[in-house]
Amino acid sequence: MNDNTMVTIMGFSPLQLMFYFAALLAIVASLKVVTGKNTVHALLYLVVSLLAVAVCFYLMGAPFAAGLEVIVYAGAILVLFVFAIMMFGLSQDETINAPQTQVFTLSNISLWFGPSIIAMLLLAQLVFSIENSAIQEKLTANIIDAKQVGILLYGPYLLAVEIASFLLLAGLIAGYHFAKPEGVSIDKQDEPGRHV
Amino acid sequence: MSAIPLSHILILACTLFTIGFIGVIVRKNTLFILMSLEVMLNAVGVAFIGAGSVWQQADGQVMFILILTLAAAEVALGLALLIQMQRRFNSLDIDLLSKLKG
Amino acid sequence: MTQTLLAFLPFYPLISFLLLIGFGQRLSWHLASTLSVGAMALSAISSFIVINQLSTQVPVINVHLWEWFVLNLNANLSDVTPAKINFSFHLDGLSAVMISVVSGIGFLIHMFAAAYMKGDENFSRFMAYMNLFIVAMLILVLADNLVLLYLGWEGVGLCSFLLIGFWYKEKANVLAARKAFIVTRVGDTAMAIGLFMLFKELGHLNINDLTATAKTFWVAGDEAPYWIALLLLGGAVGKSAQLPLQTWLPDAMAGPTPVSALIHAATMVTAGVYLIARMNGIFLLAPEVMSYVAWLGAATLLLAGIAALAQNDIKRVLAYSTMSQIGYMMLSLGAGAFSAGVFHLMTHAFFKALLFLTAGAIILALHHQQNLFKMGGLLKRLPFEATLFSIGLVCLMALPGSSGFFSKEAIIAELWSSTTAGPLLWYCAIFGALLTSIYSCRLFFLAFMGRRRFEHELQPSTSQLLRISLLVLALLSVIGGVFANTLTLSLSALFPVLPSDPINEPQWLHSVAIVTPFIGIIFSWLYFADYRAVEPANANTFQDKPSVFVTFCRQGLGFDALYDLLLVKPYSMLARLNRRDIFDQLIMLNAWYVSICHDVLKSSQTGKLRWYAAAIGLMTVLLLLSLTIESFSRGAS
Repeated sequence: MNDNTMVTIMGFSPLQLMFYFAALLAIVASLKVVTGKNTVHALLYLVVSLLAVAVCFYLMGAPFAAGLEVIVYAGAILVLFVFAIMMFGLSQDETINAPQTQVFTLSNISLWFGPSIIAMLLLAQLVFSIENSAIQEKLTANIIDAKQVGILLYGPYLLAVEIASFLLLAGLIAGYHFAKPEGVSIDKQDEPGRHV
Repeated sequence: MSAIPLSHILILACTLFTIGFIGVIVRKNTLFILMSLEVMLNAVGVAFIGAGSVWQQADGQVMFILILTLAAAEVALGLALLIQMQRRFNSLDIDLLSKLKG
Repeated sequence: MTQTLLAFLPFYPLISFLLLIGFGQRLSWHLASTLSVGAMALSAISSFIVINQLSTQVPVINVHLWEWFVLNLNANLSDVTPAKINFSFHLDGLSAVMISVVSGIGFLIHMFAAAYMKGDENFSRFMAYMNLFIVAMLILVLADNLVLLYLGWEGVGLCSFLLIGFWYKEKANVLAARKAFIVTRVGDTAMAIGLFMLFKELGHLNINDLTATAKTFWVAGDEAPYWIALLLLGGAVGKSAQLPLQTWLPDAMAGPTPVSALIHAATMVTAGVYLIARMNGIFLLAPEVMSYVAWLGAATLLLAGIAALAQNDIKRVLAYSTMSQIGYMMLSLGAGAFSAGVFHLMTHAFFKALLFLTAGAIILALHHQQNLFKMGGLLKRLPFEATLFSIGLVCLMALPGSSGFFSKEAIIAELWSSTTAGPLLWYCAIFGALLTSIYSCRLFFLAFMGRRRFEHELQPSTSQLLRISLLVLALLSVIGGVFANTLTLSLSALFPVLPSDPINEPQWLHSVAIVTPFIGIIFSWLYFADYRAVEPANANTFQDKPSVFVTFCRQGLGFDALYDLLLVKPYSMLARLNRRDIFDQLIMLNAWYVSICHDVLKSSQTGKLRWYAAAIGLMTVLLLLSLTIESFSRGAS
């Protein structure tokens, strides 16, 4: 390691600094997820948190995992959440906190402002780390690319992949079954809203 | 040898995990619990990827992919159950589901 | 041939028992009675054939069936040969007498019972139990070792229980059965302990070698034979209804009359006598116990004679007379006159079976009326039964010429000069004979003379089976005395002749003994004049208002009340005190503790998912904490 040629700030390399910054963003966003009152806010913060973690992955030298994190987690799974929230109608607990009529008030801004700020920071960070040659040099040194993962995944871990595929199938069938509308369902519901 | 020390990565993973766990036990809204679970799973993923990159092994990423599939299945199921719950109780309060009370 | 016959002896009734128990409800009366009586006939015929093979040249016949099990006295000592308990039969003079009585009289009583119980809905069950009883009794008397004897001993006890409680729908019968079972159990326990001691001391339980082994181990007056003989006497006392375990026999009359005849008069109750006669080698080594036997017999015969005087139930009179006659046998055994005792056993079996069966026929004719005060004047109305009953009574009173005379006189003659008995016991026996004749006459007068006191019309049975069996028994009772010589001859090899001193005997002993029953008859002729008169002078005679003393006698001289006070009451009081069983409570503490744990743990099951998650988290924290502390402490050390 040629540490003496590296540019260091307060004893840390730029890569480390980038990582810590992304980690901080992830933590803050996660805190906002669990403390949030509004479901949609929380969901947006969750997206940001996942993106920040993806940056961390990238900086740790796992660009494939970072890509998956963005595509599958922030893309697919979170979209699933959004669909579900839409299906609920969100008539009860969300209307109390969510903005109602004003189109452009401060509270309306806050819905997207926090997450977008953090996302912007993440973007800046990514751009910086891509531009910075020292970071790039460091990253390419210990990168683990998709090819290695693929060889491992379809070699020794083949059985695990099969099991994971079964899990997904089970999730698919169960999700279909549970989410069916009442009229189609075989088992009749008993006294709806008894506990309300 | 990664540039980032393993201990720092693990501290990040633990912090995220704890935040998620706090979310699970504090929130009453089941949707928030599901989101907190996502955070927790994510934290575990961080730990795996960090360890993999420190030791220059691809196994960490394999594990992360498996966690990813797990999370996908879990969310699909969890949200489907949530929809059922919303239909039956008109609420997402997890404490209403206490029929197993001893 | 002979051995095969002997081996099969108990198996005919056993097969019949199994068939009757298995298919009883489906068999008709004809089939069931043919089966059971036929099995008994086979058994009786083969036993007579076998007995005829016995002679002075062939004193014993042994047959080995199979090895039952092996007893090890001391597992640590390899040089001691383990005692084999075989399923073997041993026939000698004594068991020959017993099997002839058991199978012969058993056959006649089965014939009678087939007619007597004809209308009963559980006829086949009754005959099955009777057959089972014969099986057990034959095993008892043929047993080659004491363990097999004990098997038969318990078997007859079981059958006695089953048959006393045969009409189990009435509570009194069930209580009587239970009482008989429990009271005899006291004696059986003593006997079992005696057998254990015997085995511990001698190392084997074979009847043949027991006397010889005992003589090499002990001399007369040792402590071990004293205790063993005492314990065996306990068993004999329980089974033979002697003082102090006599209380069950009168109540046992609750069973059907053939049962009373077979079990509680002719065979089972004499098992105690058989046991003592069989174990004479042990008893002779304990002279004190011999005199206990004599005194117990004397006390029982007096007590039973007095109690018999006050009874108003015909069967209870006979039951007390049975006790009293067995008392004579015990007295004889105690005096060392074994063959006289066994002879009396045989003749008593004849005439007491006759008495019971005739009484049964009379009871049947009177629509199950057993009260003597509700009979009267039966001599003319039931001449056949009355004649046979008088024959039985004559034998019981031991009037000269009857079978009872020979056996009872043989006993009384031995008493005076015996070393273990003596003149005092002779007086007791004579007084007992007097009592016997008095209660016999009272019974006869009440039942057969005087005026008619029953309401319903007589309904005598016309069954030929019944009449034939009664006639054969009557014949045996009359001529039973002729067996005396054969019997003494065949038994002489078995029993040692005890030294006696006939010089001291006064000349008048025999004449007194012969005259005594006649004195009794004359006395009762005068004293019970009211009972036999057609027009009694005192009209209140038959009013059943007994005085205190008569009631006391009627209840068996208060033994029942005494035992109730001494044993039953304290026991039930203890049971009442400990109703909430203290050990149960101790055990229930566990349940209480578990239930408290349940309550505590139940409160943790809130049904709230978040609590469960929090608990998992808390436990993880604690686990990690303990691991950390451990690693720290390991680092420090």
